Amino acid sequence: MEGLLNLLTGISVVLIVLVLVSVRRMHVRVEYSMSWLAAAFALLVLSRCHVALNYIAAALRIDSPALALLTLAGCLFLLVVFRLSVVVSALKDANIALAQRVAILEYHIRSHEEHQA
Amino acid sequence: MIRPYGPDSLLVIVPAYNEEAAIRKVICEINAAVPGVPVLVIDDCSEDSTAYYARRAGATVLSLPHHLGLGGAVQAGYKLAWELGFDYVIRLDGDGQHDPADVPRILDALKTSGCEMVIGSRFIEGGADHTSFARALGIRFFRLVLRPILGKPVWDPTSGFVGVNRVALQVFSRTFPLEYPEIETLVVLQRKAFRFLEIPCVMRPRMAGRSSITAVKSLYYIAHVLLGVFTNVLKYDRRRRLRAWKAS
Repeated sequence: MEGLLNLLTGISVVLIVLVLVSVRRMHVRVEYSMSWLAAAFALLVLSRCHVALNYIAAALRIDSPALALLTLAGCLFLLVVFRLSVVVSALKDANIALAQRVAILEYHIRSHEEHQA
Repeated sequence: MIRPYGPDSLLVIVPAYNEEAAIRKVICEINAAVPGVPVLVIDDCSEDSTAYYARRAGATVLSLPHHLGLGGAVQAGYKLAWELGFDYVIRLDGDGQHDPADVPRILDALKTSGCEMVIGSRFIEGGADHTSFARALGIRFFRLVLRPILGKPVWDPTSGFVGVNRVALQVFSRTFPLEYPEIETLVVLQRKAFRFLEIPCVMRPRMAGRSSITAVKSLYYIAHVLLGVFTNVLKYDRRRRLRAWKAS
């Protein structure tokens, strides 16, 4: 199980570096990096802090602390993905409304130009 | 440039995506069926020359800057019609499946019935269709689903040959299902306590192109529409409960 914990530590470190590099290169906006960073830091801390992990495993009634962490990490990342789905949905709605408004404004401008001509 | 004329002004809208082969004939048929009525083609960012042929046929074109899908295109037309002050809007497809000769009957039904929406139906007496077996099966399924929700039977819930009056136009310019709009629109109407009427119409084979709903997509279509319908029903129930709670 120690191997699994080490793997999760490695994944969390890679994720933190990846997110920070992406933010620096402006591939990810800061506000959307926060939930990933929070999840990755939580994973990193819990994979190294055996006392907290044992406590969580006992609370979840899971025999293996590593499996408990894996479950917790899965839940955290599901939450992050769900939050991003909400954001994407809102953006799509805004995008559709904007595209419709652009088309209507273009129509009005063309009509106005024709009227002037 | 289009503008409403008279007290019962009508606008015919035609959402179109890659319909260059059919659009010109569709617009000519509309002009022959309802002379003088403005025709607005909503070009959903076609990759072909749909907008060019539509303009050449005498239609006004509303060009969307990127592909929005059927619901987004139709709603753009409704929004413009609402802003320009049209009293009635009739929508038909750009592939030639709907016969524009039925437009005057839909308009008459809108004016005389007092219903907010009139649907051109291929399945009531006097109508005719060229529907595949799979689609007919899907339509039967949605009839069964919608019957208890709407409180009355609807024979052709997937028909895109639809006329609306200004009251419905106001609602649809604000709220309109964006991906597969026909069936969800009926539930939106029900939520608003609006009425609809079906009149017989002829459905012809497509003049060109293929339906966007393929065999594989049809399962996604059913799941998507069912979810949309039940989401709308839940909204409706929540409002009703809220109103009852406030009244008590």
